[in-house]
Amino acid sequence: MTFLSYLINGISLGSVYAIIALGYTMVYGIAKMLNFAHGDVIMVGAYISFCSTSYLGLSPLLSVVLAVIVCTVLGIVIEGLAYKPLRQAPALAVLITAIGVSYFLQNAALLIWGSSSKTFSSVVGDWSVKLFDGQLNITGVTIVTVLACVVIMAGLTLFTNKTRVGTAMRAVSEDKGAAQLMGISVNRTISITFAIGSGLAAIAGVLLCSAYPMLMPTTGSMPGIKAFTAAVFGGIGSIPGAMVGGILLGIIEIFAKAYISTQLSDAIVFAVLIIVLLVKPDGLLGKHVSEKV
Amino acid sequence: MKQSKNMLAGRRDSIISYGIVIIAFVAVQLMILTGNISSSLKGQLVPICAYVVMAVSLNLTVGILGELSLGHAGFMSVGAFAGIVATTSLADAIPLAPLRLAVAMVIGAICAAIAGVIVGVPVLRLKGDYLAIVTLAFGEIIKNIVNVLYIGLDENGLHFSLVNQTFQLAEGGEMIINGPMGVSGVEKISSFTSGFVLILITLFVILNLIHSRTGRAIMSVRDNKIAAESIGISATRYKLLAFVISAAFAGMAGTLYAMNFSTVTATKFDFNTSILILVFVVLGGLGNIWGSIIAAALLTILPEVLRAVNDYRMLIYAILLIVMMIFNNSGIKTRLMEKRAARRAAKQASKEGI
Amino acid sequence: MAMLEVIKLGISFGGLRAVDDLSMKIEEGALVGLIGPNGAGKTTVFNMLTGVYRPTDGGIRLDNQNLIGKKPHDICKLGVARTFQNIRLFQKLTVLDNVKVALHNQVTYNLFESMVHLGSYRKKEKEMDRRALEILKVFDLDHEAGNLAANLPYGKQRKLEIARALATNPKLLLLDEPAAGMNPNETGELMDTIRLVREKYGVTILLIEHDMKLVQGICEYLYVLNFGKLLAEGTPKEVLNDPAVIKAYLGD
Repeated sequence: MTFLSYLINGISLGSVYAIIALGYTMVYGIAKMLNFAHGDVIMVGAYISFCSTSYLGLSPLLSVVLAVIVCTVLGIVIEGLAYKPLRQAPALAVLITAIGVSYFLQNAALLIWGSSSKTFSSVVGDWSVKLFDGQLNITGVTIVTVLACVVIMAGLTLFTNKTRVGTAMRAVSEDKGAAQLMGISVNRTISITFAIGSGLAAIAGVLLCSAYPMLMPTTGSMPGIKAFTAAVFGGIGSIPGAMVGGILLGIIEIFAKAYISTQLSDAIVFAVLIIVLLVKPDGLLGKHVSEKV
Repeated sequence: MKQSKNMLAGRRDSIISYGIVIIAFVAVQLMILTGNISSSLKGQLVPICAYVVMAVSLNLTVGILGELSLGHAGFMSVGAFAGIVATTSLADAIPLAPLRLAVAMVIGAICAAIAGVIVGVPVLRLKGDYLAIVTLAFGEIIKNIVNVLYIGLDENGLHFSLVNQTFQLAEGGEMIINGPMGVSGVEKISSFTSGFVLILITLFVILNLIHSRTGRAIMSVRDNKIAAESIGISATRYKLLAFVISAAFAGMAGTLYAMNFSTVTATKFDFNTSILILVFVVLGGLGNIWGSIIAAALLTILPEVLRAVNDYRMLIYAILLIVMMIFNNSGIKTRLMEKRAARRAAKQASKEGI
Repeated sequence: MAMLEVIKLGISFGGLRAVDDLSMKIEEGALVGLIGPNGAGKTTVFNMLTGVYRPTDGGIRLDNQNLIGKKPHDICKLGVARTFQNIRLFQKLTVLDNVKVALHNQVTYNLFESMVHLGSYRKKEKEMDRRALEILKVFDLDHEAGNLAANLPYGKQRKLEIARALATNPKLLLLDEPAAGMNPNETGELMDTIRLVREKYGVTILLIEHDMKLVQGICEYLYVLNFGKLLAEGTPKEVLNDPAVIKAYLGD
C-alpha cells in the first residue's frame, strides 16, 4: 500500500514537472532556445495567486485565472524585450540573456515580496479521498494536479494538430525560413508559444505550491531545472516526450527519496537522465537528426 | 609579409593577458600599501583570482573546444574539498603554508582531473544542448554527493563515509568534512599573491596550449569535427584532453577559493556558480582569454560597487547583463561600428581632398 | 596488386539501399573519376572509404589492408585523405593553421612541450610553417596564409581544402566535386593543379565530378554509378559513349 501511495505521489509531482516541461519543450521546439527563465515564471505565477487570495481576497479559482493572465503577459513581454532582438544571435548569447531574465525575475520578486518564505495555502482546499478502509489517502491536490496535467496535455495535442495556429507552430519548429515564405508570421508564432508556455507555468506554480507550500523567490529554480531535465529526458521538442519525461522523473524522484536516500534523490534523478541520454542520445521520444556529410 | 597579421594577433592577445594580470596585481599591491583599499574589496581579492582561473579554464572548454559546459563549478567543488582534506592531513608534514597550499592545489587538480575523465568520457559523446544538460546534471550530482560526504582524520588515517557518518574517530581525531554542514575552521592559507601566481600559471599553460599543435587540433574539432577526423585527428581524444585540462584548473581554483574561507559547504559550488562563470566567459568573448580575465574581475567587483544601492544591486546586475547581451548581439553594435567607420572614412576622404 | 580494392561494397540506410554491389580497383598512381547523376551514391562511397559510414556489406582494402570498421582518423593515418562536397574548412583558423593542423601526425611533439613551449616546440613549429607554406605555394595561397579561412573567396576555399588534404601526406586522395561552382577558367586552372599535385606528390587520385570537361581532360579511367549500382566502367571515351550512361544522365 505504501508503494501505491508513493507511486501516486510520484505521478502527482511528475505531472507538475510535465506541465513545466511542456513550456520548455514548446519554446525549445520553436525558438531553439533553452529558456532558463521559465522556472522563475512559475514562481511569479505562484506569488500572484498567493497575493490575490491573501490580500485581495479573491477566490482560489479566480486567483489561478489571474496568475495565468499575468504570466501569459509576462511571457510575451519577456520574449519581446529580451529574446526578440536576439533572433539572429548565437545560441549561447540567448542562453545568457535567459539567465539574465531569470536573475531579474528572482531579484524583482525578492524586492517585492521579500526573502522570507510565504506559506501558500492550497488552491484546491484540504479534502482528500480515502481508499481501502483509509489505508490509501489521496489528497485533493494530487487528484487535481494529475487531472490538470491530462487535460492540458490533451488540449495542447489537439491545439497543435488541429488549429491553424498550431499548424503554424509546427511549421516554424520544422523550418523557420520556409514557414516565413509560406506567409506564417514567425514572430507572432514565437510570441504565442511563449504566451502558452508561460500560462502553463502559472498553473504549474500554483499546483506545485499547493502540494509543497513553501513560496520563496527561488522556489521556481530547482523545479525549473528538473522539468528541463524531464523535457530532455523525454526528447526535447516533443510534447508527448515532455509528458512522459515529467511523470517518469517525478516517480523516480519520489521512489529514490522513499527507498534510497532523501539527500541523494536529486543525484539519482540526474544519474538516470545521464544513463537515458547515453543509451538514447535524443531522449525517449526525440527525433534523431543525423549530420549530412 | 601579410601572412603574419593574424598570427601576431595571437601573440598580442597573450601579451595583453599577461599585461592585464601583472598591472592589476601591482596596482592592488600599491592600493594595499597606501591603505587605499576598502575592506570589502580586499576580501574579494582571492575569490576574484579563483574566478579568473575558473573563467579562463572554462573558456578552454566553451571557447576553444566549443562545447557548452554548465557544470564547471562541480570540478571547483572537487578541487576545493580535495584541497581541504590535503591541507588538513598535511598540516604536520608540511609546516610551510604556501608550499602546503601548492601541494593541495596539485592534489585538487588531480582529483578534479579524475572527475573530469569520469564526466567527460560519457558526456563528450553527446552533442550541443544535450551535452550541456548532462554537464549540468553531473554538476548537481557532484554537489549532492559532496553534500553527504563525511571525512574524518585521526591517528589511524583518513575515514570516509557517505550519507551517514559510519566511522568513529579515535581520540584527538577531527572531522574534516561533515556532510551537509561542510567544512568549518579551515586554516586560511590562500593569499592574493598565491592567487596571482596561480593565474599566471594558468595563463601560461592555456595560452601555450592554444598556440601549439594540441591547441590547433582542439580548435579543428570545434570548427569541423568531421573534417578534423578526416585529417587524422582523434576528435574523442582531443575533446577529452581539453575537458580534463579545463577541469584540472577548475580544481586548483577550487582549492584556492576554499582556503580563503573558514567555512565551506557543497552548496557554494552549485548550478548558479557554473552559470556565473559561463557569464564571464560569454561576456569576455568566446576564445578570448583576456576578455575572460576582465569580465571575471569586473563582474565580481560590480555587485560590491553597487553596494550603495544595496537592495537593487542584483536587479541592476541582471538588467546590465541583459542589456549587454542584446547590445553585443542584436546588430546594434554592428550598426554603430559601421556608422563610425563610415564617418572615419568620410573624414579621411575630406583630408586627402578627394 | 591494386592499391585500392573495393569488393562488393554495399550500404543500407533503413530500407534504402544507397550503394549496392560496388567493386572497384584503383592502381597506384592512377587518376580515376567516379561519376553519375545526382543522388547516385558517389559521396556515400567516399564516406565509406574514409570511415564516416560503416558499410553494411563488402570490403575495402588499401595496400591489402582492411579498412572496414576503422575510425576516420585511423584511415587518414593509413594514407587516405579527402575533400568535401560542401566545403569543410576550419573557419576560425588561419589559412596557414588549416594546413598546419593537417600536419598533426607528420610533425609531432608531446603534450608537455605543447604546454610549456620548450624542448622541440620551436624547431618543430618552424618545420610545420615551412612545410605548410610550401604546400600553400603550390596552390598559390601562400600570400593568404595569415587570413582566416572563412574570409577566403569560394574558389580559394576549395583549393585550401585540397592543400589541407595533401598535408596529411596521403597515398590516396579523394576529391569530392573539386570544380563545383567554378567558372571554365577556374576549372582549367584546377585541372593543371590536380595534374601538378599528382606529379609532385605522387598521389593516387579518385575524384567525383559533374564537369565533363574536367573528367575527360584529366581522368584516365571512369566508374559510373547510378542508383547506387555500378553502371559502367572504362576509359572516359568508352564510358561517355556508352548508351546506358547517356540514358542515365539525360533520361529516356
